[in-house]
Amino acid sequence: MTAVSVKNLSKTFGKTNKALKGVSLELEESEMVALIGASGSGKSTLIRHIAGLIPGDNSQSRIDVFGSPIQTNGKISKGVRNDRREIGVVFQQFNLVGRLSVLTNVLMGVLGRASSFRTLLGIFTRAEKKLAMDALNRVGIASHAAQRSSNLSGGQQQRAAIARTIVQGAKLILADEPIASLDPASSRKVMDNLERINREDGVTVLVSLHQVDYAIKYCPRTIAMRQGEVVFDGPSDQLTPQFLQQLYGSESVELLAKEDQRELVPENTGPEPAEQETEGRRAFAYAAG
Amino acid sequence: MTLASGHQTTPSPIAPPKNLKRSGLNILGWAVLAGLLAWSWEGADMRPMALIDDAANMGQFAAGFFPPDFTEWKMYVDEIFVTIQIAIWGTVLAIVLSIPFGIMSSENIVPWWICQPTRRLMDAARAINEIVFAMLFVVAVGLGPFAGVLALWIHTTGVLAKLFSEAVEAIDPRPVEGIRATGANALHEIIYGVIPQVLPLWISYSLYRFESNVRSATVLGIVGAGGIGMLLWEYIRGFYYAETAAVIILIIVSVSLLDMLSQRLRKLVT
Ligand SMILES: Nc1ncnc2c1ncn2[C@@H]1O[C@H](COP(=O)(O)OP(=O)(O)O)[C@@H](O)[C@H]1O
Ligand SMILES: [Mg+2]
Repeated sequence: MTAVSVKNLSKTFGKTNKALKGVSLELEESEMVALIGASGSGKSTLIRHIAGLIPGDNSQSRIDVFGSPIQTNGKISKGVRNDRREIGVVFQQFNLVGRLSVLTNVLMGVLGRASSFRTLLGIFTRAEKKLAMDALNRVGIASHAAQRSSNLSGGQQQRAAIARTIVQGAKLILADEPIASLDPASSRKVMDNLERINREDGVTVLVSLHQVDYAIKYCPRTIAMRQGEVVFDGPSDQLTPQFLQQLYGSESVELLAKEDQRELVPENTGPEPAEQETEGRRAFAYAAG
Repeated sequence: MTLASGHQTTPSPIAPPKNLKRSGLNILGWAVLAGLLAWSWEGADMRPMALIDDAANMGQFAAGFFPPDFTEWKMYVDEIFVTIQIAIWGTVLAIVLSIPFGIMSSENIVPWWICQPTRRLMDAARAINEIVFAMLFVVAVGLGPFAGVLALWIHTTGVLAKLFSEAVEAIDPRPVEGIRATGANALHEIIYGVIPQVLPLWISYSLYRFESNVRSATVLGIVGAGGIGMLLWEYIRGFYYAETAAVIILIIVSVSLLDMLSQRLRKLVT
């Protein structure tokens, strides 16, 4: 069965910024596919369209996930909330609620399915809590369940976000540069988790990446974007440095950077860096108000 | 060598330009202010000489306040408790209403056709002073503390809803989008995504409003809406200055104590 089908999707921000130009692609069920491209090439924009979070341009186009329409000709479908349950999104910035516990954040995976009345009061069943704990256990951070999620390191927050998609029972995971700000050890843990969910549960995974080495290592197939267009779609092992040079010219440097040449945020066990980051963000939010 | 040459700047041949536009505006600003003060002088019946001419009178008047007469202190304390109780109910009811109204006046949560009317309604509730509401409610529900509670409730709702919505408009939208992406509904987004982010600020604003409502509640009695103000007004009207002084001292002490307590609590949450 086709998991994701995107046909002729375009997106223009403002009047002239064409972020996506007639993108078409198909993912089969249980595939693990990498989406690569330099920053600004449209990866995040594409993922947000597939998740039904933003509508495309008002032109002939459609996106279907597991055969049900997410958006058609620039209009998001009415029943999209039901389809979103099937789609787990792991964002580039860890979109957890910092002040709530890791467990509560992961439990939010059930919100789309459970009785609204009960969950609006913050009541979760024992079975739901067990499901969440099992998911946290699978991604290896069960011991942090009671902590505020803002106290976790970047890699741990990303794994909590993956646990949320497990609880959600998502059949498709869209991960938007989940390892962009992580050090190699945490990056590997996050990618290992995605791969295992793909292999063991048959979940379809589309993961956007900044670096080709991870795509080659984890994903049999890669879709490469450049300036809002798909410029390559095929087996990842074709992505030799020579071929990338051909596709991207000077931009290929950014995609080929090896782990040790990147700016790294170390995976810490203590709370400090993660805390600082959210504190800063909160301070900013207040200042803006 | 580089350090020395780095500091070697020849005196600049061009003087820093004087910002003509800025200094012109400055003079205009002061002129407008002076004009405004002159215009208001007569209307405000400004008679500074009266302070000096009537100094003896005023001294006599002030002397009447001493020593303060605390014989009826039990009654004063009872009335002060009533005043605080009015403030508690007025504030709590206002908080309850301000949560939905605050969210309904946040641009980033609701469409403009909900946001704008709600904001105008809150503007109206805020524009009218508690005392005016109190006078109206005394007519509607009769003399006594309940009229005071209703007055504080309406006015405070207008104030808190605005403060609450300002906090909501400054949230980080990303966690909310994370919740939306799970297939949760709009109420889920608010309860799990918005409220945890704004709660410390909301609590702080509410406590601050409680402090200010205790102060407002001390005068509600003047229009018959209950509390210590009623007593105060009767004493002043009847020239019982020693009793008046005692009541004022008790008000100062209790308001300061509550302010301190509330400030402590506010420090705890933020
Ligand atoms: N919300 C937005 N508003 C305006 N422009 C945007 C927005 N999101 C993305 N863009 C633009 O779309 C283009 C693609 O961005 P993005 O999808 O974030 O690329 P990538 O994820 O590959 O780095 C960029 O030019 C970016 O500036
Ligand atoms: Mg991106």
